[in-house]
Amino acid sequence: MANRQPYPLLKVEEGHAGIPHFKGEANSKTAMSGIPIPAGRAAANRRASGFIQSLRSGDTFAHLFTLLCAASIQLVTVALVHQLYINSALPRHKFGFQFLTGRTWDPVSGDFGALPFIYGTLVTSALALLIAVPMGVGAAIFLSELAPPRISNAMTFVIELLAAVPSVIYGLLGISIVVPFLRQYGEPFLKSTLGFLPLFQGPAYGVGMLAGGLVLAIMVVPFIISVSREVLLAVPTEQREAALALGATKWESTWQVVVPYARFGIMASIFLSLARALGETMAVTMVIGGTPAISASLFAPGYSIAAVIADQFAEATGDLYIQTLIELGLVLFALTIVINGLARVIIISTTKKGSRR
Amino acid sequence: MKKLPYLSFALPFAALLLTTSTGLHCLPSSAAPIPAPDAVMLNGAGASFPYPIYAKWFSDYNKLHPDIQINYQSIGSGGGIRQLLSGTVDFGASDAPMTDQQLGEAKTKILHFPTVLGAVVPSYNIPGLSQELDFTPDVLADIYLGKITQWNDPAIAKSNKGANLPAEDIVVVHRSDASGTSYVWTDYLSKVSSDWESKVGRNIAVNWPVGLGGKGNEGVTALVKQTPGAIGYIELLYALQNNVSFGRVRNSAGVFLKADLAGVTAAAAGFAKTIPADFRVSITNAPGKASYPICSFTYLLVPTKIADANKMRVIKSFLGWMLSDGQKEAEPLSYARLPKEVVAKELKQISEVQ
Repeated sequence: MANRQPYPLLKVEEGHAGIPHFKGEANSKTAMSGIPIPAGRAAANRRASGFIQSLRSGDTFAHLFTLLCAASIQLVTVALVHQLYINSALPRHKFGFQFLTGRTWDPVSGDFGALPFIYGTLVTSALALLIAVPMGVGAAIFLSELAPPRISNAMTFVIELLAAVPSVIYGLLGISIVVPFLRQYGEPFLKSTLGFLPLFQGPAYGVGMLAGGLVLAIMVVPFIISVSREVLLAVPTEQREAALALGATKWESTWQVVVPYARFGIMASIFLSLARALGETMAVTMVIGGTPAISASLFAPGYSIAAVIADQFAEATGDLYIQTLIELGLVLFALTIVINGLARVIIISTTKKGSRR
Repeated sequence: MKKLPYLSFALPFAALLLTTSTGLHCLPSSAAPIPAPDAVMLNGAGASFPYPIYAKWFSDYNKLHPDIQINYQSIGSGGGIRQLLSGTVDFGASDAPMTDQQLGEAKTKILHFPTVLGAVVPSYNIPGLSQELDFTPDVLADIYLGKITQWNDPAIAKSNKGANLPAEDIVVVHRSDASGTSYVWTDYLSKVSSDWESKVGRNIAVNWPVGLGGKGNEGVTALVKQTPGAIGYIELLYALQNNVSFGRVRNSAGVFLKADLAGVTAAAAGFAKTIPADFRVSITNAPGKASYPICSFTYLLVPTKIADANKMRVIKSFLGWMLSDGQKEAEPLSYARLPKEVVAKELKQISEVQ
């Protein structure tokens, strides 16, 4: 569901990159821009054969088919929300909006609150983006602008392979490498250097929010790299040549011309990875520490919404318990929409102030 | 724009194709004897803890009776009970007995048939400690309540004379997923500590006062093994199969026992006389010198009324086989078998299935 959101932006980028749409406007634009198209004859043909012609060429069929595809996705989304909503009636009536601010998670007495899970989801996702965005965009710039094509292609192949690795594998990587590393080296180092911040205090368990965020970062970086690389490659060569002709260095041309040109596509890659980070389940479950607590320290164990659903749904008994987990699903859904919306507003408003094409 | 990361989209599909095609290839071979027209197929779902032995039982039973096929999905106890109540499976399986409320929701009366026994053991990681630790019930409860926070606490030292217990913090590890293992553990702590019972209680998942959560036995074991000063509880079966070391626990007769299959069977035997007719009983903190204190039954849940006469006949004959020949397969797979007294009671209960 969430993967869908970036595509309108991508489409805009496609338009910018010069790939014509199949719609009439694109044709008329190219016609207006001076490319010789026998406009008169085309119009006559269209009038003559009308509907049959359009069917034969597949336009109407394609239109209807793609409409159906798009509509069915909307339908799935609506059905999903509907199901989540009706199957969470019990806790909605019992806790109301206090569910969102409650801090207790006690299946024994049936007292449930979502705040620690919301907090854990937000913190791990934010941490993941904080690490993954600079790393991913940097790697994409290297692969598209600076690396020799052969190396770039080989490295991209490996990166795209990473994007297809199942998340449980990342979880195993997390629990067998990231967690021991953090406990023995990472967290003691952070404590000794940045320990004055409440973020880096408390015992170093290895598992916790930091491990969750780090594993998420590793998981989303391939998405950012591969999408960003593609949009950077799609920037017209003329842009680079023009910048170089004006006396810019290679890096100035890359950073001040190419990257701003591709910013919508890069943003799309960030949204894609944000959506994945918010909803990621298995890998986070394995390293986050499974404790519904709100703690200022990143070393402390936490919990995310997707993780608690994965952990407890299979064995949960009793209507209130099960329905509360379903309501958490609804909360995650709403959270994803709100966060994605906010991220869009922030990024679009800040990039507008910057270099405008 | 050039091809988007086509590979990243194409790979899962390729993988899917591969698995489905290989799946199709191996389907006929796994169901080698083509079922006769009067073949009976039973479907069950539930607990994952007994899955290895259930799988062996159902496949062995299929070898004895090629016209009978029993399918089992280990989706978890909660899921098994839900599916049984909604009538989508012929039988369910659960580590914890069904509650009165759940039984009330059932359309027909549901019988509990204990199949094998499980136990939970405390595993720990104290660097430099040479001897095995002895845990009293109070110490376990107080560690999990967060009252005992250091390994050199006098309460621990008292039952471990001569052990070089370090002045290190105890890192408590529990299950983050809801599980029957947590139920047995918290049930035991509730029985031995009134403080635990009033503050935390017993359930498949609880509001843990302290500690880190690991997913599954493997998650808890990984955390305990990695973290100096950690203590965690794990399924005996998992500990035995993966050579995880664990400590002794003092039973209700005052004897420190290291969990083994005989000790678990003895615990069930200790309750054999007082066991209620429907077998819904907790056998933690069992009486008897040889009884390991932290263990439980795992159950097959069978409705008393089965409309299909063939299925009814098959379930009854399978239960009879499971209680006799089937029990012999338990110990090689690290499950504790049922004591004789319980088997005798269950054999009587089979006649209630109609």
